[in-house]
Amino acid sequence: MEFGLWQVWEAGWVTAILRGAAVTVAVGLSSMVAGLLIGVVCGLIKWARIYPLSLLVDGYTSVVRGVPELLVIYLLFFSSVQFVTKVITAFGYAGLAESGYAFVIAVIAIGAISGAYSTEVIRGALASIPSGHIEAARALGLPGGRIFRRIIAPQMLRIAVPGINNVWQTTIKDTALVSVVGLQELMRISYIGANSTRHPFIFYLIAAVVYLFITLVSQAGFDGVERLLRLRARR
Amino acid sequence: MELIQLAVPVLLKGLWVTAALTLVSVLIGFNLGLGLALMRLSSNAFSAGFAKYYSNVFRGTPLLVQIFIFYYGLGEVSLVRNNPVLWWVISDGSRCAVLALALNTAAYTSEILRGGLMSVPAGLVEAAQACGMSRVLRFRRIEFPLAIRQALPAYGNELILVVKGTSLASTITVLEITGYAKRLMSQTFAIFEIFAIAGILYLVINLLLITITRSIERWLMRHESQSRHEFSAPRSEEAAAVSRGPS
Repeated sequence: MEFGLWQVWEAGWVTAILRGAAVTVAVGLSSMVAGLLIGVVCGLIKWARIYPLSLLVDGYTSVVRGVPELLVIYLLFFSSVQFVTKVITAFGYAGLAESGYAFVIAVIAIGAISGAYSTEVIRGALASIPSGHIEAARALGLPGGRIFRRIIAPQMLRIAVPGINNVWQTTIKDTALVSVVGLQELMRISYIGANSTRHPFIFYLIAAVVYLFITLVSQAGFDGVERLLRLRARR
Repeated sequence: MELIQLAVPVLLKGLWVTAALTLVSVLIGFNLGLGLALMRLSSNAFSAGFAKYYSNVFRGTPLLVQIFIFYYGLGEVSLVRNNPVLWWVISDGSRCAVLALALNTAAYTSEILRGGLMSVPAGLVEAAQACGMSRVLRFRRIEFPLAIRQALPAYGNELILVVKGTSLASTITVLEITGYAKRLMSQTFAIFEIFAIAGILYLVINLLLITITRSIERWLMRHESQSRHEFSAPRSEEAAAVSRGPS
């Protein structure tokens, strides 16, 4: 066969690709969770204009959103590689340094990028909560924590869902970039497969299809969540 | 200090490559995107469907995969290999990167422009029809100017994404800012300093683009300073939240 479709099947690349896809989803989900945590904290800081911290957050979001993701990944990988390898080998986990370390740094890098975008989404959602609601809650004498839990958070979540969907889509696509530093996720596996079988076309095409599948499935999931939240709001 | 003297000229060399990649792919991508937006809104089911699937496929897969398919993958297809024009495009890293970037940004641009075109009030188009304007004239004088006003802020963001996207060209042997930065990082080990210089260059490009789009926006909106409230087209949901993923 011209494009080596048979070789893909025969040499067990299918399981390798599926494993790579699982790693991609794992990196994507962990980075998204990390990013959302960063986003909620930084979004609140930016929204409430807590003075010295908000300057820091402004700097963080504008640098990370203005500089290519690849450059951020290079920064985090190259600056940490010697340090982390030394620490891990000192504790006697030289083997772990190969796989676990790349994963952790990948999550930190992609999480930091996704966090910058989440911050803007959360800040926008917070800004669109009518200030009268919060004033009313204050007038009722609710404590700050409960105002956040009962008034701010539920409204923020519903408004932020479409934005979070967008951030998730870019995050899962950004995970492809960590392949350049060696984490064995979907893109890296395709790269290895393409080089060892000399059939790059089919391997990258398969990778594209898997990414498309992931994004389409998550799009459907987010559509469902949005519908669910909209229904509950109407009742 | 010595490091700055070493790094800045090299990275500035990369700056021109980044700028050239951005400019060419935006020029191609905008026109393709406009065509796709028109196809998507046309009543022909085939072309509307094609534009929809095109934009979903290109927005649903990472740019890196697209670049790799074009650069490494297409060389394997004999149809491409035997066609001198296609081979000329595919065989060189920067031309290939421009191709992938242009096709990618066309997908996003088409969504942005579609949102803009959909926000044009139907009454204005009907009025133009009633005046006897031809389709082309109507598009040129009524629909496009109104749509671009609506779409420009979102398109400014897309331009910045293209600038960031050019960094992926470094994975296929093109030496632009990121490519040189990576090389300098592994040569000098002054990782943070190199990052800072390269980052500043990118931020300067982005700032420049933001300033340009803002001033175009202001120029297009110059009528609004006198009559802000009487004649502002209602901002549609579509234009406000152009989805970054497949819809």
